[in-house]
Amino acid sequence: MSCWGGGEKLCARHDSGSRSRETGMDRSSGRGGSAGRKWAIELCDATPSSSVRDVPDPLGYSRTSLELEESTPGKAKKEIDANFKQAKAWETAQAPFKNLFMIGFMMWMAGNTVHLFSIGITFSALWQPISALQAVNKTFEPFKDARTDTLLPKLVFIAFNFVGLGLGLWKLNSLGLLPTHASDWVSTLAPPPSVEFSGGGIPLF
Amino acid sequence: MTLLAMQRSVIGVLILCSVWICSQALYEDQVGVWDWHQQYIGKVKHAVFQTQGSGRKRVIVATDENAIASLNLRTGEVYWRRVLGNSESIDALDLVSGKYVVSLSNEGSSVRAWHLPDGALVWESLLQPSPGPAASLLVLPIDINHDRSNDLLVFSGSMLFAVSSVDGNIIWKSDLQATRKDLVIKKLSLSSEGLLTGVGFSETSGLVTVDIDTRFGEVSKVTPVGVSKALDTAELILINNVAVALDSDLTTVVTALIKTDQDVKVVETPLADLFSGHVRNSQILQTNLEGAFALRVNDKVLVVKVDSSTGQLSVQEVLEGSVVLSDSLHVVDDKHGVAILQAAEEKSSSGKFSLRVVYADSWDTFAVKESVTLDSHRGSVKKVFLNAYLRTDRSYGFRALVVYEDHSLSLLQQGEIVWTREDGLASIIDTWTSELPLEKDRHAVAEVEHDLADWLKGHWLKLKATLLLASPEELAAVQALRLRSSDKNKMFRDHNGFRKLIIVLTKAGKVLALHTGDGRIVWSLLVPGLRSQSDLATTPLRLLPWQVPHRHALDENPIVLVVGRSDGGHAGTGILSWVDVYQGTELRSLKLNFPVKLVVPLPITDASEEQLHLFIDNEHNAHIFPATEESLALFLEHKANVFFYIVDKEKGKIVGYRIKHMVDNFSRRESDGHVFHTEPVWSIVFPSDSEVISSVVSKDPNEAVHTQSKVLSSRDVLYKYLNKNTIFVATVTPKAAQHIGDATPEEAGLVAYLIDTVTGRVLHRVTHPSVQGPVHAVFNENWVVYHYFNLKTYRHEMSVMEIYDQNRVGDKGVVQLMLGKHNATSPVSSYSLPSVEVKSQSYFFTFSVKAMTVTSTARGITGKHILVGTVGDQLLALDKRFVDPRRTLSPSQEEREEGIIPLTDAIPIFPQSYLTHVHQVEGLRGVLTVPARLESTSLVFAYGLDLFYTRTAPSRIYDSLTEDFSYSLLLITIVALVIAIVVTWILSERKELSEKWK
Repeated sequence: MSCWGGGEKLCARHDSGSRSRETGMDRSSGRGGSAGRKWAIELCDATPSSSVRDVPDPLGYSRTSLELEESTPGKAKKEIDANFKQAKAWETAQAPFKNLFMIGFMMWMAGNTVHLFSIGITFSALWQPISALQAVNKTFEPFKDARTDTLLPKLVFIAFNFVGLGLGLWKLNSLGLLPTHASDWVSTLAPPPSVEFSGGGIPLF
Repeated sequence: MTLLAMQRSVIGVLILCSVWICSQALYEDQVGVWDWHQQYIGKVKHAVFQTQGSGRKRVIVATDENAIASLNLRTGEVYWRRVLGNSESIDALDLVSGKYVVSLSNEGSSVRAWHLPDGALVWESLLQPSPGPAASLLVLPIDINHDRSNDLLVFSGSMLFAVSSVDGNIIWKSDLQATRKDLVIKKLSLSSEGLLTGVGFSETSGLVTVDIDTRFGEVSKVTPVGVSKALDTAELILINNVAVALDSDLTTVVTALIKTDQDVKVVETPLADLFSGHVRNSQILQTNLEGAFALRVNDKVLVVKVDSSTGQLSVQEVLEGSVVLSDSLHVVDDKHGVAILQAAEEKSSSGKFSLRVVYADSWDTFAVKESVTLDSHRGSVKKVFLNAYLRTDRSYGFRALVVYEDHSLSLLQQGEIVWTREDGLASIIDTWTSELPLEKDRHAVAEVEHDLADWLKGHWLKLKATLLLASPEELAAVQALRLRSSDKNKMFRDHNGFRKLIIVLTKAGKVLALHTGDGRIVWSLLVPGLRSQSDLATTPLRLLPWQVPHRHALDENPIVLVVGRSDGGHAGTGILSWVDVYQGTELRSLKLNFPVKLVVPLPITDASEEQLHLFIDNEHNAHIFPATEESLALFLEHKANVFFYIVDKEKGKIVGYRIKHMVDNFSRRESDGHVFHTEPVWSIVFPSDSEVISSVVSKDPNEAVHTQSKVLSSRDVLYKYLNKNTIFVATVTPKAAQHIGDATPEEAGLVAYLIDTVTGRVLHRVTHPSVQGPVHAVFNENWVVYHYFNLKTYRHEMSVMEIYDQNRVGDKGVVQLMLGKHNATSPVSSYSLPSVEVKSQSYFFTFSVKAMTVTSTARGITGKHILVGTVGDQLLALDKRFVDPRRTLSPSQEEREEGIIPLTDAIPIFPQSYLTHVHQVEGLRGVLTVPARLESTSLVFAYGLDLFYTRTAPSRIYDSLTEDFSYSLLLITIVALVIAIVVTWILSERKELSEKWK
């Protein structure tokens, strides 16, 4: 039987429903939390404040410092948050660059002949930047607020994606799938008709 | 090291190729599913019956196509057949001691004995005859060399040979001209005393008799016979020691009684005594009647009896109209039967004939008189062979083997036709294919329901076979179903274009339509316009499509034009006949006022979709047909751009002409068409002392070419030179034109030309030293493949030339091409300066070749196979990639991907690539390839003595499912999947419900 409730405190819960139906327990756990429960009796007091009074703190544990930290004034906290967001935004912007090496390596592995693997690699290499470019605003949405500058990371992000796209196109070309040669445009040209007509041959007698 | 590597790579490639070819080959159970093979023998000219004894009854025939065949007398099917060489015309055929068939061929120079039951060659003897009258064969009733079998006498030219019938050894030979040079011996006879007498003509004394000793062949006595009149030396008949001939005025019959120990008695009977009326033209017929001979006077046939003791003549019967006499047949004792076949009603096409068998000795007593109805569409009867059999009531019955005007063969017995063979198909001279009619109305419901049970059963069996559950009987049933699939024999078009009509024109002037499904004859027509009138012979020449309806395909029928010539020779005027392809009837015929030297179908059609044709007469005037105002207007529009060329093989000259103005002073008759003057614009004369034209090959004007460019693996482009007015001409040195061995390697040589027929410009010329003909070539798209014999290496070779255009698109950039700014598809004139590059390569080839052609597909996208008719009368499909001038010893990876095969010195031949598989197309003469509507597939029809039809997919079938694809299995799989989905869905729903209730 699984234990319910969280944290370091042991707490016995009596759940009459779960005891009688094990399978039902699993199902309700799938749905998460106590939402599926109809009723419950908390036999012990679960509030932390109540336990503070009862049990002494462990050695070296300073409750005050923790409470102090938690209760740091909002401005400082926001500063940290913005820096963090900025760093995260740059990280996101640079992600395609790391990806480039991976794609390059894959392309090199795929070789220059047209087959399923090389086609797949090439098209994923093309698709990834395109989809990333389409979703560029969405990607930077979480970092966007008044104090975070997302423009520069965005530009870097876009640039890297363009490099990725270029890489994909280059691969496409080296596979011979881009119509950059004359042969790509004349391969289905119908033969030219002749102006004159001539027939004949060996006479019948 | 490198050699080893090369070897390895070659072996690797060969294995690769063989794997790839194998995948193209036919499986055993596919034989006969879509191919068919028919055996014919040709027009019968000699026949001997073998009906004695207990063995199978058969008739041995020799034909105009130089075939000797043994036919089942009950069914007419071929027991065995042997075909002699092209020049080996068969002179005589006979049976010896009931075991051997002896044939005399090649103007009396080869005698062969064939084993009667199986046609195995028993012996062969080559004689050296001297030129002279037709060779004859006589089976002697005596044994000369005491080997207990009767011997043969071969008489050819002036030479007489006695040949042993056991081993073919020459016992003795005798030159009858040894004593007198002017002696022409016509006939030989053996008297009952065993004395051989020859009768013939000599310049000084007219009739001459020669006595020959049968034991040693010595000429013992030459007796000139004094005849007061000069004799006509065309024909001489010998009946029971009476020689019969006509005098040179053809008015008197001269009979000479030849007795060994007495003087020759000559009786002259004027024809006027025998025949009342004016004698215009008379002729002794080549018949062998007992005690009588047949004489054609005017249009009547006189049977004249000869009294062998007095030499007196008496007319037995006067036969009028078309009548055919058989040779007399010894029936019993001294009775000899003769069959007389006569049309019952003159000038009627009812096909009613009366067959009489009379005893030649008395002539009045009929053994048989019956009326027979022969197939009227086969025309008149040309020959009759008689055979007797003993009925159960001890009386004699007769069978007659009848050869018709259209070369078909029938056996008559008791007034009925027992069987008929369509042997005219052995001599096809031209072919064409037509689409079948469109399906006008769909199947009636009842018909579908009737078929449904069969259909289901068939699919059930097929499914079992696919799942390997079927028993051997069921497998056999599946195979039978496939073979007689009714689907392929329907009389309307199919979606894939496999069902077509093959229209053929035979030497007898008959047009037949064969269904591609099973090769059956849909209709046949002895073209009335081409039938010989009285003494005017006609020769069929060409079969051309005249009208192929596309716009009104539902209610108009295609029409073919048959071109013929009346009264052979150079002055013979042309005959045109139009035949409806679906009905098999002659629509109309036209006698032209001019001889047809050349027919050029123009690529112009008028409003009713009739194709314009240019007929060139012997004065090089051009006649336009159809002779309508509309066609004239159309032609005048295109006149400036119409040219034609004539190849004169004898003079070694090719002359190109252009059309000038109309001839004014012609009366506008329909039989002239619209007449135009022409003038020569160019000519190429080959030096006659060093070059003789061996072969001239032009492109098929209707070939489909998909693209003008060839893209290489390096993404470069080669532009094909696709001018349709280009011909390939091969000339050889005069000595090398004939047979292999006539010329030494130093004397022989071949020159190959590519010539533009509009301007006469030689686009390319290449010489092959030490090479000789015959040259066979095929010209397709931008390449020529030709086959010849190399005297130095003593092997056959095949060369390829690919022609590329150097000034097509030029250095146009990609952007310009992208925007369509190029002149690549604008019409090209032959007068613009061409700049061609020709790539060529040569390879050894194992076989000598009888015919060569190339597969054709609907749009020209599919790869090509060169179809080679081999010396073994088989059809070999040779992938064009083996004759690619871009082959190198070690192609790069990209080139390999492009399909270039590493170069080998010889073209490999895979047994699986024979299209004819187990069959032989005996006497293969031509191959016709037609595109199916399905792009991957080409239909192939090979003809010679035999006919063979199949279809082939040069790049394998990529655009449809294979024949053996199991639709039922697919259907069942889908149904099973759907059921499984539904069931699992229901189950899961149920389970979830019960879950919720818990």
